[in-house]
Amino acid sequence: MDSKMAYYILKRIVLAILTIWIVITVTFFVMHSVPGGPFVGEKAISKEAQAALEAKYGLDKPLMEQYFTYLHDILTKFDFGPSLKQRGRMVIDIILDGMKTSAKLGVIAACCAALVGIVLGAVAAIRRNTVLDKVIMVITTAFVSMPSFIMGSFLLIVFSVKLGLVPANGASAGGLILPVITLMLYPMSYITRLTRSSMLDVLGQDYIRTARAKGVSRVKIIFGHALKNSLIPVLTYFGPMLAYIVTGSMVVEQIFAVPGIGRQFVSSITNRDYTMIMGTTIFLAALIVIMNLITDLLYKVVDPRIDFK
Amino acid sequence: MQDSVKAFSLQQLDADAFRPATEQEKEYITKMRPSSTFFRDGVKRLSRNKVAMVSLILIVLITIACIVLPMVWPYHYDAMLGVRPGKPVDSSFNNLAPFTYGKTELKRIEAGEKIFPHIFGTDAHGRDYFIRVMYGTRISLAVGFFASIIVLIIGMTIGAVAGYCGGKVDLIIMRIVDIIYSLPDMLVIILLSVVLGRVLNVEGTIFEKIGANIISMFIVFGLLYWVSMARLIRGQILSLREQEYVLSAQATGAKGGWIIRKHLLPNCISVIIISTALQIPNAIFTESFLSFLGLGVNAPMPSLGSLASDALNGIYTYTYRLIIPAVVICLIVLSLNLFGDGLRDAFDPKLNA
Repeated sequence: MDSKMAYYILKRIVLAILTIWIVITVTFFVMHSVPGGPFVGEKAISKEAQAALEAKYGLDKPLMEQYFTYLHDILTKFDFGPSLKQRGRMVIDIILDGMKTSAKLGVIAACCAALVGIVLGAVAAIRRNTVLDKVIMVITTAFVSMPSFIMGSFLLIVFSVKLGLVPANGASAGGLILPVITLMLYPMSYITRLTRSSMLDVLGQDYIRTARAKGVSRVKIIFGHALKNSLIPVLTYFGPMLAYIVTGSMVVEQIFAVPGIGRQFVSSITNRDYTMIMGTTIFLAALIVIMNLITDLLYKVVDPRIDFK
Repeated sequence: MQDSVKAFSLQQLDADAFRPATEQEKEYITKMRPSSTFFRDGVKRLSRNKVAMVSLILIVLITIACIVLPMVWPYHYDAMLGVRPGKPVDSSFNNLAPFTYGKTELKRIEAGEKIFPHIFGTDAHGRDYFIRVMYGTRISLAVGFFASIIVLIIGMTIGAVAGYCGGKVDLIIMRIVDIIYSLPDMLVIILLSVVLGRVLNVEGTIFEKIGANIISMFIVFGLLYWVSMARLIRGQILSLREQEYVLSAQATGAKGGWIIRKHLLPNCISVIIISTALQIPNAIFTESFLSFLGLGVNAPMPSLGSLASDALNGIYTYTYRLIIPAVVICLIVLSLNLFGDGLRDAFDPKLNA
């Protein structure tokens, strides 16, 4: 590893840490700018009770002190404080609890999307301008233009209400099928289009013509030369795909009643559970930033042609 | 050397070649083919693209319909038809199926009166659903359009300044762009919508009807989404400012702002148009997502997203109420995407080469 690459990696890591710090800071100060504080608007409580509550959650201290305590707790103990609405539970426990389900849902959806998308894209590129190619492109264009909550509701109506094929409740074993499909359709379509265009690009390169002229078999050209190289641009999509899956899971978990972190986040927005909103935002943002960092670094390692600027 | 000069004698020249050209000959040379600008070429290519033209017609039709129809429609988007002053609430108007009528309307029809049909029926509060869909389309299109205008103005200005000035200004702006680019936009939008919705006070202003949530969405778009536009424009300007005409403008004493406005921006107009067109569906998506989470337009004002998410409550009985706004969203987003693709094919100079 030369020094240029080391410098690049270092720069990206510093940028990621800076981004996470900005997210924490913005989240903290934005949330504390809400007039009246978190306990206003609940049932009328006496002045003493409110003062006691504020003392309990440390809200009576100066804002900067609260900020440094919050930052310190996150960095040293991953502690986002207690939930305001779910009494007696810590935010990080709720997050980790929800992540068990959401991570399973997200990873399965991401893998399926990548697998199906790459296969469809490669097929469309190899059979370019045939009916099969056109059908694949029309379907993927349609999927890209449909908001995930509408897709999810239609799947729910058709497959579990009208046909009764799969359970509507996402908490049961077979219940993850529809959420996974809903979540994967958009990234799958995107990956299909990405793979198709980059595969078409690669198939037009000189080294493919050389391989063909040498008499290398078609299968070997596609799998040995073309597919490997055309997957590099697809790799860059993995960061955005994760971001999509995180936000998409909020919708999907809500529709199919999956007990995951997205559902917790949405309900915390509705009940105005401020510490929960802050904690989840920071946690998910950090997750996305770190995944983007890994994708970026991987991309540079895989493709040696890219220079480090 | 001298030989060649000698060899060049007058007799060897053809006198005909020096005769002035006739009008006919002049015309033949000058009128090879009508000159065409880059823009006209692009429009020509675009008009040959059938998919893009059909999409454009569809967008125009939808836009005209959602502007004109509410003016002539006999029902209002938030008029509950069963509620009349001084009379008990007539619940027969709630949840009407398409092309059916409420009790009082049926009586009036029997009496020989003509009643305008409820094409899509009514919603749970007895409001005509067709006009709500029309208003929703109007709001969604407006949100998409204004959000992309905001993104365009901010992104264009900052990108052009960064690209033209270069050096430290460019470095600082691009660092900021890098950081904003790596922020997870949806999470920030949700966070700011939650807070701004409570902090902003829009009562009594013209924004009261659409509500603080949409205003906060515009603010968030203005804060976050300009970065990709700024990156694009900066890249274009970086290569354009090395051109000779910029140097000649600088030599004649033109100021930076003038050069950016008169020379550089008109030359990246295709990039600007394409990315603005593709920004609109993005904003419509975001709005419908926020509406689903309950952070969208203020009730009773509908948007396509809020209509669809309201319909989720009665999804088993009134499925068509979800299907209608869903189809409209898909149509708008699909045709905007296809039209944007067509624009890119027609105007992207890289693909023409």
